[in-house]
Amino acid sequence: MRTGKDYLSDQEVRWCPGCGDYSVLKQFTEVLALIGADPSQTVVISGIGCASRLPYYVHAYGMHSLHGRAPAVATGIKLANPSLDVWLITGDGDALSIGGNHLIHALRRNVGVPILLFNNEIYGLTKGQYSPTSRSGSVSKSTPLGSVDHPVNPQTLALGAGATFLARSMDRHPAHLREVLAASKAHEGSALVEIYQNCNVFHDGAFEQFTDKKSQSDHAIFLHHGEPITFGAELDRGLILEGSQVKVVSLAERSASECWIHDERDPMKAYALARMTEDLRPFGILYREDRPVFEQQVHLAHKDTRSFEDVLAMGRTWTVS
Amino acid sequence: MTKVLSHLVVLMAGDSGDGIQLLGSQLIRAAAQSGQDVRTLSDFPAEIRAPQGTISGVSGFQFQMASEAIFDPGDAADVFVAFNVAGWIKHQHKLKSGGLLLASIDGFDARSKAIAGVDANEDPLEQAKSNFQVLEVDFKKITSEALKDQSLSGKEKSRAKNMTILGLLTWLYGQSAPAMEADLQRQFQGDLGAANVLAFRAGYHLGETAEWTAYKREVPQRKALPGTYKTLSGSQAMALGLAAVARQLGRQVLYAGYPITPASDILHELARIRPAGVLPFQAEDEIASITAAIGASYAGSLGATASSGPGISLKGEGLGLAVMMELPLLVINVQRGGPSTGLPTKMEQSDLLQALYGRHGEAPMPVMAIKRTGEALDDVLLAAKMAVESMTPVMLLSDAYIANSAEPFRLPDPEQMRRIEAPKSDIHRAPYARDAHGVRPWIIPGTPEGMHRVGGLETEDQTGHVSYDPKNHQSMIQQRAAKVQAVTRFYGPLCVEVGESKGEVLLIGWGSTYGAIRTAVENLRDQGHSITHLHLKHLFPLHPEVISFMTGFSQVVVAEMNEGQLVQVLRSQTQQDLHFLGKTSGQPFTASELQARMVPYISAS
Repeated sequence: MRTGKDYLSDQEVRWCPGCGDYSVLKQFTEVLALIGADPSQTVVISGIGCASRLPYYVHAYGMHSLHGRAPAVATGIKLANPSLDVWLITGDGDALSIGGNHLIHALRRNVGVPILLFNNEIYGLTKGQYSPTSRSGSVSKSTPLGSVDHPVNPQTLALGAGATFLARSMDRHPAHLREVLAASKAHEGSALVEIYQNCNVFHDGAFEQFTDKKSQSDHAIFLHHGEPITFGAELDRGLILEGSQVKVVSLAERSASECWIHDERDPMKAYALARMTEDLRPFGILYREDRPVFEQQVHLAHKDTRSFEDVLAMGRTWTVS
Repeated sequence: MTKVLSHLVVLMAGDSGDGIQLLGSQLIRAAAQSGQDVRTLSDFPAEIRAPQGTISGVSGFQFQMASEAIFDPGDAADVFVAFNVAGWIKHQHKLKSGGLLLASIDGFDARSKAIAGVDANEDPLEQAKSNFQVLEVDFKKITSEALKDQSLSGKEKSRAKNMTILGLLTWLYGQSAPAMEADLQRQFQGDLGAANVLAFRAGYHLGETAEWTAYKREVPQRKALPGTYKTLSGSQAMALGLAAVARQLGRQVLYAGYPITPASDILHELARIRPAGVLPFQAEDEIASITAAIGASYAGSLGATASSGPGISLKGEGLGLAVMMELPLLVINVQRGGPSTGLPTKMEQSDLLQALYGRHGEAPMPVMAIKRTGEALDDVLLAAKMAVESMTPVMLLSDAYIANSAEPFRLPDPEQMRRIEAPKSDIHRAPYARDAHGVRPWIIPGTPEGMHRVGGLETEDQTGHVSYDPKNHQSMIQQRAAKVQAVTRFYGPLCVEVGESKGEVLLIGWGSTYGAIRTAVENLRDQGHSITHLHLKHLFPLHPEVISFMTGFSQVVVAEMNEGQLVQVLRSQTQQDLHFLGKTSGQPFTASELQARMVPYISAS
């Protein structure tokens, strides 16, 4: 029986001390141990950025590819060998800016890869520029007066792209992260896992209200399929849907069973959850659906092939003796 | 008596909706099948349905058929089939003096003249009579009469005009009518097939009825090499080459493409013929197609991709990654007129310097060029062999001309094809340990105990770990370069196409200019000149003997369809004075043009 440590390579981990990436790496290797991953069948593909260094630290096959291109690389790998366990590691700049197109197409095709999107709302490796997920007004090296861009919402983007699995977790909640990662691996198809990850050097505390033990219960909602959506230190509040409007209600006034019951198979409700980008945000599996997996479909469509000799003989041929 | 000719050049021009490409390919297939050698040249607008009847919307198809081996589609046409006045105006200078103009007069009416911008008072056909033989035929009327009992719309009936013309040409040039009819019936089913055959027959009988025997020409059969043939375009032959790669490598080829003219035909052909072991994949963009191919190569397939012009620029980033990681990859560039969108359907050889140098960092990779359809299959095999056996990306250059030109293609004996031996997935060697040729093992995910990481960061010698060590970086750059240099072990001896290994004039070409250069050189030799034709297949690394070979000649001329790219590469390696002969009009060289432009060098020697 392997433990998480058995999935670490012999390479020295070179993230900044205190970086949230350490926790994600740890939970990731723990999950590999948990699911009994075979290192020789495991392939970790990344793009460029701090998060994308992760494959070097995992005792498995791996490729640190090009900025934004990891979904396309992973697609090629799955087409070449659908039986490999491929994981994709990316960040907010990598997946949502330079690689936005590849992400969209991997999601809509439903390529069989969990996509771990480390969102820290900043470009870390290039030393502190605002990223596509940075909130409007973000002061960064490239926006000293505050950014004017409206941020991209990875969850609604993924829903729009036709993703079949959407989840959110965070670096500072190891148990939750492990649970979500294991679920993403179990999903057949693309599974987008947005991980709130703290960059303590360039954007420290970006998600503190959701991750800090003191404030978490007031801001983070942990979703469970088939259960009422409730939160608060005493689980004293819940969500209801009035039409398409999300409302917070006090459970002193009504029972939990009257709250919105989380249905991860409902795309409209998933959209409502995905739109919660203010001080109250959902964590866990926002949405999932079953849809045929791309690489399997491609191979099914191409199983009826011709031998080279038959291909040569196709069409009008003639013989000169 | 039918006049016998050794060569016959026919040019057809009309509207891009006239079905000229179909008519042409039908006719050349019949000619090739009856034993004549054929070469073709397609010339069509970039627009799908360019404005009807205009000069810019003219589609052209030229072919040469001959009773001996030929290499080009011919120069001046013996016969010009004008579907409309715009086609005639655009290409009339290509008809030989005294040649036959077969004019479809429905395309020469007042309206057609107005659209083509011809003055209403002018009569191009009357003017043509002073210099050419002119046959005026109302093919539209003949077609509609032949189809009057068919339940087709008027539009569908008039579309069959090309079949009537096919019938007449079949009669004029002694091709078999029953074979052609059978062929048409195979291609078009139902009412359309019946109508096409009726239109074809009307055209075929027209010549007899009108007593046009004087215009009949016969091109005798040649002695072709024994074997089985079919007509293929360059792109079709390359697709067959990829199928051959899968067979010879014994592994899957992932062909990832993105729609772009004129490279898309390779993807279409693979999707159509569905060869075992080749998985076609239409990616979301050019970058994804090369990176998916790279992913496939990492996973043990051979990744292949193709593009043209700007698409290749987008792939540059991926090429750098494949060079750094040392993975096999086959990249085909079907060149077209550039820069930017340029002339998407026209030919040019202007991506050579990009192929050689258009990457970031020190990123050498082998570059080859296909010279003719007949060699395309083996060239793809060779490129794939170099890629796999040297663990490197390889660029294979084609262009819009060779991609679309059809010729009789002798099918290979699969047992005699080149073999490809993949480097072993040897876990006892470090991932970046090199063999005697500088090649690392190809350790494929799924191999027990072979776990390793690859990436775009500089790799440490042997282990492949990330390394920022200055000495390591320089050493790895040199190791990768030495590995690429060592692919010359796959080259055969340096062979001239025609001529001696020493002499007065050496004419060097590469790629699809082969036919025109070869014909020009043979003609010049027939005139008594000492001239040799050398055609370079390997553009990088150059064949080790090329530079010294050039010194055997007092005049060396490099002919290419650009403003001087190969010549610049060769000049950088020799003190010898090299002359340049170029063209960037989007139209290929013709043999007579080359002969004329070679005069100064021949007389100087």
